[in-house]
Amino acid sequence: MPSPVPAYAPDAAGRLAALSDVTASDRALRRFLHGLPGVDAVGLEARAAGLGTRSIKTTAKAYAIDLAISMIDLTTLEGADTPGKVRALCAKGIQPDPTDRTTPKVAAICVYPDMVATAKEALGDSGIHVASVATAFPAGRTALPVKLADTADAVAAGADEIDMVIDRGAFLSGRYLEVFEEIRAVKQACVRADKSVAHLKVIFENGELATYDNIRRCSWLAMLAGADFIKTSTGKVAVNATPPNTLLMLEAVRDFRATVGVQVGVKPAGGIRTSKDAIKYLVMVNETLGDDWLSPDWFRFGASSLLNDLLMQRQKLSTGRYSGPDYVTVD
Amino acid sequence: MAFEYAPAPESRSVVDLAPSYGLFIDGEFTDAADGTVFKSVSPSTEEVLAEVARAGEADVDRAVKAARKAFTSWSALPGAERGKYLFRIARIVQERSRELAVLESLDNGKPIRETRDVDLPLVAAHFFYYAGWADKLSYAGYGPDPKPLGVAGQVIPWNFPLLMLAWKIAPALAAGNTVVLKPAETTPLSALFFADVCRQAGLPRGVVNILPGYGDAGAALVAHEGVDKVAFTGSTEVGKAIARTVAGTDKKVTLELGGKAANIVFDDAPIDQAVEGIVNGIFFNQGHVCCAGSRLLVQESVQDEVLDALKRRMATLRVGDPLDKNTDIGAINSPEQLARITALAEAGEAEGAQRWAPACELPSAGYWFAPTLFTGVTQAHRIAREEIFGPVLSVLTFRTPAEAVEKANNTPYGLSAGIWTEKGSRILSMANKLKAGVVWANTFNKFDPTSPFGGYKESGYGREGGRHGLEGYLDV
Repeated sequence: MPSPVPAYAPDAAGRLAALSDVTASDRALRRFLHGLPGVDAVGLEARAAGLGTRSIKTTAKAYAIDLAISMIDLTTLEGADTPGKVRALCAKGIQPDPTDRTTPKVAAICVYPDMVATAKEALGDSGIHVASVATAFPAGRTALPVKLADTADAVAAGADEIDMVIDRGAFLSGRYLEVFEEIRAVKQACVRADKSVAHLKVIFENGELATYDNIRRCSWLAMLAGADFIKTSTGKVAVNATPPNTLLMLEAVRDFRATVGVQVGVKPAGGIRTSKDAIKYLVMVNETLGDDWLSPDWFRFGASSLLNDLLMQRQKLSTGRYSGPDYVTVD
Repeated sequence: MAFEYAPAPESRSVVDLAPSYGLFIDGEFTDAADGTVFKSVSPSTEEVLAEVARAGEADVDRAVKAARKAFTSWSALPGAERGKYLFRIARIVQERSRELAVLESLDNGKPIRETRDVDLPLVAAHFFYYAGWADKLSYAGYGPDPKPLGVAGQVIPWNFPLLMLAWKIAPALAAGNTVVLKPAETTPLSALFFADVCRQAGLPRGVVNILPGYGDAGAALVAHEGVDKVAFTGSTEVGKAIARTVAGTDKKVTLELGGKAANIVFDDAPIDQAVEGIVNGIFFNQGHVCCAGSRLLVQESVQDEVLDALKRRMATLRVGDPLDKNTDIGAINSPEQLARITALAEAGEAEGAQRWAPACELPSAGYWFAPTLFTGVTQAHRIAREEIFGPVLSVLTFRTPAEAVEKANNTPYGLSAGIWTEKGSRILSMANKLKAGVVWANTFNKFDPTSPFGGYKESGYGREGGRHGLEGYLDV
């Protein structure tokens, strides 16, 4: 196996093409996905819970908090979003803690497509990416041309990353090739006029896929279709990222790199609100994937309130006391 | 920069260790009749933790007489009253669980993660469970009014000192017996702390007697004519000696002895979880587990995949300070045990198996052995036949389910086995064919007070735990 390449690298397509027999027909794809090893739910959940008992203290905690901040896709996805709200969020992302300039900036600001231009302008040359949800987020229940237009619009407005949702209905009824083709089409729509590309995150909505076997199959399906990142959920349903469903996706990207030679990132989203939770996820990344994935290039948190908790914990570590929620900004 | 975990040690200050401890006889701590003592050493640092009185024959006699005397009133108590004492003990164990967990890790060398999350919760659960049986013995299936046996002489090992104590004492007291218990010489301290728990619970004098000591004390206890029931957990060799001692007497005996369990992984297994099960099966408690999955039987068609994943996983195991909350594998319990493990591992290499261990730095003081696996092992190798009782896994392969059964059963032992497959029907058919007292499906080393535990063949006889566990302590 030649050395692995990132999913967004030009030669990744060649690696994926080597598996084109698997995706040649609906039947071949189904046979492949159903041939993946099963997932024992009890064992998976026990492993995730076991990793959750790691005790991360002092220097390790400081490292993990800064790493977690730098991995955040700071998100606002509300019908009530306004340019003012988005600009405030961007300012927060650039300088999360105005009282401490050593605080790292976040990885990206995640917004709806119509807010991309506003965010892009507010972020300027900060180096923070603009991520846009697309493809009729969160339900994904529109026709493909509409999804592609939605994507193209966000890319044209300057989005660096696209968070698409898959068609869960198609997946659950076993039309895997349709889901595959749709991801490929959206990936095409991520190509900008100058031939550069926006990175593609593929959202599964694990809460709707319901079983761990489905989540493993969906991970491979999305990676085969060219996903740069696989993402747990929209944050809009009852069950979002959980330690076991994220652990399962970490195992999938690990196995995918080992087999295909292409490295894909993972983004848990929804429900991760405390530093303690975030650190548990980082422990899972560390002990499942190791250093290679411990950077914002390969692991992200889709979150909004998590950032303030991380900042409070960061202040606690440096000053030895809790300052309280009035000492972090509310955006 | 890598994500390195900073040390996260559990505080030792929760345990108040005295410089010396006595025997616990008739509700009092006393010196040994001949005044001899021995030292209990922390296997992770070789530090002497305390000096402990060493029981001899005279002490055994005194303790058995105290237990005999206490039996009359204890067995006459209504079951509900005995149950109250057991519930009280269970609650005190829970309240003092942090202290007892730290103590157990210090004296035994096992990681605090296990004493905190496995040993102590199970100890309390056993007392709660049998407390519930105390007033329901007529419904246990042993007749309308089953009677206790009398004095139980119990000898327990060093691998789960407090948990084995709970397995022995809880059902004995629930059924109305009194006990004399000898903990292992390398791990006497938690049993002595348990004596204090009994006092705290107001348990009548003489109902529980604890005699720290060596094999001679155990032999004297087993042979004592005032003992009506012998319960032993430990090596098959000692178990056979005990069986010889009690032959021809009317003592009731239960023996829980060695094992060489097969952990069988089929090609349709959930691989990631199977790897966790393999790791847990052999590296839990440094492999000092009689039911450890010490023989991995993996189907040839997935052998490479499973071994690659297993090695990758083993490389993440954290070996070191048992009191560090992030430690996965602690110290080997004694220099003698370390020597045994080392000798068998060397035999494995000499007989032609391939040895592999992840790079891992072992502490300089104390007794340590890196998690190790052997591939290319055949049924003829010593490491496939003899119980190593350490963190050493022997990997064998099979081609068909019938071959898996044949190899799994091809051992003088028969304590436990594991099956990994996504196929429910295969689990059932394998479980029927495996000659092992416990068969785990898609999991390993899961214990519960409601579930009977015990062996076939040279792994012993009798069952502990569950309703079945009462039988060994009732005159039925």
